[in-house]
Amino acid sequence: MSDQQDVTFTVNGDERVVRVEPRRSLADALREDCGLTGTHLGCEHGICGACTVLVDDQPVRSCLMFAVQAEGARVRTVEGLAAGDKLHPMQQAFWDNHGLQCGFCTPGFLMLAVSILERDPNIAEPELREALSSSLCRCTGYQNILKSVLAGAAEMRK
Amino acid sequence: MSLIGQSVKRLEDRPLLTGSGRFAADITPPDALYMRVVRSPIAFGRLSGVRIAEAQAHPGVVAVWTADDITDIPPIGFRMTPILGLEAYRQPVLANGYVRYVGEPIAAVFAVDPYSAEDIAELVAPEIEPLAACVDPVALPRELAPGLGTEVAVITKAYGDLEAAFAAAHVVVSLELTVGRHSGVPLETRGAIAIPEAESGILRLYGAAKVPHYNRQALAAMLGVPLDRIHLHEGHVGGGFGIRGELYPEDVLTCAAALRLRRPVKWIEDRYEHLVAANQSRGSVHRVRAAVDERGFIRGLDDEFWFDQGGYLRTHGVVVTDLTCAMLPGPYIIPAYRSVGHVRLTNKTPCGTYRAPGRFEASFVRERLVDVIADRLGLDPIVVRHRNFIAKAAMPYRRDFSALGTDIVYDTGDYAGLLDKFLKRVGWDTLRADVARRRRSGEMVGLGLGFFVEKSGLGPFDDVCITLGGDGRIEVITGAASIGQGVETVMAQICADRLGTDLEHIRVIHGQTDRIARGMGAFASRVTVMTGAAVTIAAAKLRSELLAVAARLLQTAPDRLTIKGDRVMLQDEPSGPSLDFAAIARGAAGALTAEATFTAEHMTYPYGAHLAQVRIERDSAGITLERFFVGYDVGRAVNPMLVEGQIAGGAAQGIGAALLEEFVHDGSGQPQSVTLADYLMPTIAEIPAIEVALFEDAPTPLNPLGVKGAGEAGIAAAGAAIAAAVDDALARVGAVRRLPITPNRLHTLLADLGAGELAST
Repeated sequence: MSDQQDVTFTVNGDERVVRVEPRRSLADALREDCGLTGTHLGCEHGICGACTVLVDDQPVRSCLMFAVQAEGARVRTVEGLAAGDKLHPMQQAFWDNHGLQCGFCTPGFLMLAVSILERDPNIAEPELREALSSSLCRCTGYQNILKSVLAGAAEMRK
Repeated sequence: MSLIGQSVKRLEDRPLLTGSGRFAADITPPDALYMRVVRSPIAFGRLSGVRIAEAQAHPGVVAVWTADDITDIPPIGFRMTPILGLEAYRQPVLANGYVRYVGEPIAAVFAVDPYSAEDIAELVAPEIEPLAACVDPVALPRELAPGLGTEVAVITKAYGDLEAAFAAAHVVVSLELTVGRHSGVPLETRGAIAIPEAESGILRLYGAAKVPHYNRQALAAMLGVPLDRIHLHEGHVGGGFGIRGELYPEDVLTCAAALRLRRPVKWIEDRYEHLVAANQSRGSVHRVRAAVDERGFIRGLDDEFWFDQGGYLRTHGVVVTDLTCAMLPGPYIIPAYRSVGHVRLTNKTPCGTYRAPGRFEASFVRERLVDVIADRLGLDPIVVRHRNFIAKAAMPYRRDFSALGTDIVYDTGDYAGLLDKFLKRVGWDTLRADVARRRRSGEMVGLGLGFFVEKSGLGPFDDVCITLGGDGRIEVITGAASIGQGVETVMAQICADRLGTDLEHIRVIHGQTDRIARGMGAFASRVTVMTGAAVTIAAAKLRSELLAVAARLLQTAPDRLTIKGDRVMLQDEPSGPSLDFAAIARGAAGALTAEATFTAEHMTYPYGAHLAQVRIERDSAGITLERFFVGYDVGRAVNPMLVEGQIAGGAAQGIGAALLEEFVHDGSGQPQSVTLADYLMPTIAEIPAIEVALFEDAPTPLNPLGVKGAGEAGIAAAGAAIAAAVDDALARVGAVRRLPITPNRLHTLLADLGAGELAST
């Protein structure tokens, strides 16, 4: 399994060329080859959502996608959310509303929430809950995550 | 305004929000080797050999170890409740002679990259002769290995004249109740990165959590390394819940390999491994009976239970059984009591503690029993609770036994007062009327209550060292650990409050064994109580030192000075001469440091109640948790937002345990819950808003702040309350005998009760 190949994609706007085995997951390529360890691996079988990144603006479980499948894609990770020292409104909302405890699931929830609201800035609460139910958090009991996303959504609409 | 009691935002959050956290897997030393553990696929069998030749020939392999390679490393010892004579039940680092659960480490592979390590591990071939597995903890004791019976220990806690109580009983109520196997299942799996420093000769283990100082000592002893040659470091930790940070075989293996192979060794657990290898808990069967008088007063309580320990005794020894026995009486007087807990080996993953160990189970058993007593006597279950509560005036209240090596003495509490206030706060009468109305229109809805007494603030000590650095920053060095619960914020709040400064000038250190000699870590809801008390004392000391130096520099008396922000100034002349912390540090002869040790002989006992409202869908046997309330007296909340966060998170785990989560095994001991699609943790879709009513009516005299712990309040009686609510929806008190209440089990209950009977009640 050592026949490696070059894959070219952009991550948070920067072009990256990584040389990977065909079996290498996108998550591992981001974490190990691009040094972007903000994307976390919680289960590696597509259930927990901690590794959620945006590929061409779609939320994707980066543990279930091979790096080679990202050829030519536009990948966004949690590292790309803030503009310098200024947090993205969704990051700020999680901070303001105690939307995280251990913080391990947070990057996945942030990327998921941003993608949901970019697609539908006025999403109703029941649909938002439904969409957020695709990721797991073991610390917060979720209510502060929901509160955070609603607050972040209001800020993003401004 | 005091910083204590303020819901300030967390100091920890920025790196976690921006993806710059440092969790275990984020640490990759150059030249690292990657460990992969080969695990038993068989629950019980004789391990006659391990074929490794093919693995050793694979490119990228550096070493393959079996038990034969580490004969000098002893089994992992007990951190808590050691009982002499149980050493034979300890787990070896690698299986030797027998395998006793699916997931047991048999061999370790070390390779140059993690993908190759997995390839190579698949080439290791254990030779196992399967034996008949033991999966039922209640089955008659048998021999599991030569000289090793499945009855590890029997723990008894008792007082009073039980025989007389039962002889005089108006009614005897008996129940058999079962709690499924659960675990904390933090979102971050375990990890260990051991780095041998060639120049200093020090081995550094990253990925530590919970009890770094204890594990440092244990590892040094096991590996024959002088204590000053090993240090443990805690980075960001993705959730603890009792299970993370205990000393496991993998921690020992990475350290041993780093020393012997003289290279950094990295191990990151995958989720399958986590669900078969990390500590599990809770699984137990209780046979309980109560002797009750006409008024519903419990004269005697007799419980016998069997705890499903799994294949070995791990670091916790028999602590879960010990705590179950000790905490079962809870808030009630119960003049005669006996609890007999059997610790039973089974061919399953070994057990340790999981958030509210013993209390989740005991609350389920006790509160079930109280509801059935009330039903049997035709009394209101709330009235029965009131008749049995220990009175406020009886505090401090001593039980005639100990737990975790300390006597059980409830320090403060007003159980009746809390229940009244809580029911008023949730609008109990309205809730009841609403549920009654919906039932009349054909809905299956119900309300259930569970009361609990928690324990927190386990001693014996905590040290803290607070230093004013040359840059004017205050560093609070603790022996605590942070598993994601907000330790830095809470300690900084306490320190800033006592010092009279702002949060921004304070930095909190935890989980670093090279920064402080002793530390107890983070477990048993102890950090805010114990470490917080030590910070309180040390910060007050530093304040007087600081003022003394400033007084000398400003040529005035210390009592004329005050602190605002990072400046020391004259109290009655704020615009007069002043000095900032950095100037004071420069002006002091040496570093300004204050140390404090806080010791506690006794734990402190917070308490509360859970209330659940559920709806049952008759056709699908589905349960919807409509509302969930927690009322809790925390003594005093340093940061109410974080306390409520702890409670909400715990409640979600309790709801999962009551309705969804279970480690299931088949008759041969094969685990059936090995992915997160089998072990069902709740999502936001299953968790309603957790409505928390926080009370501060019973601060403890046992520490200077009056605080009690908050970490386990959300989960403690969740199973009890939800079971009672399902009973109520079924209109059959005591129907729920087993957690979790899965759709299958509810379907059986519905069938047993009969649709006609249910419709008529």
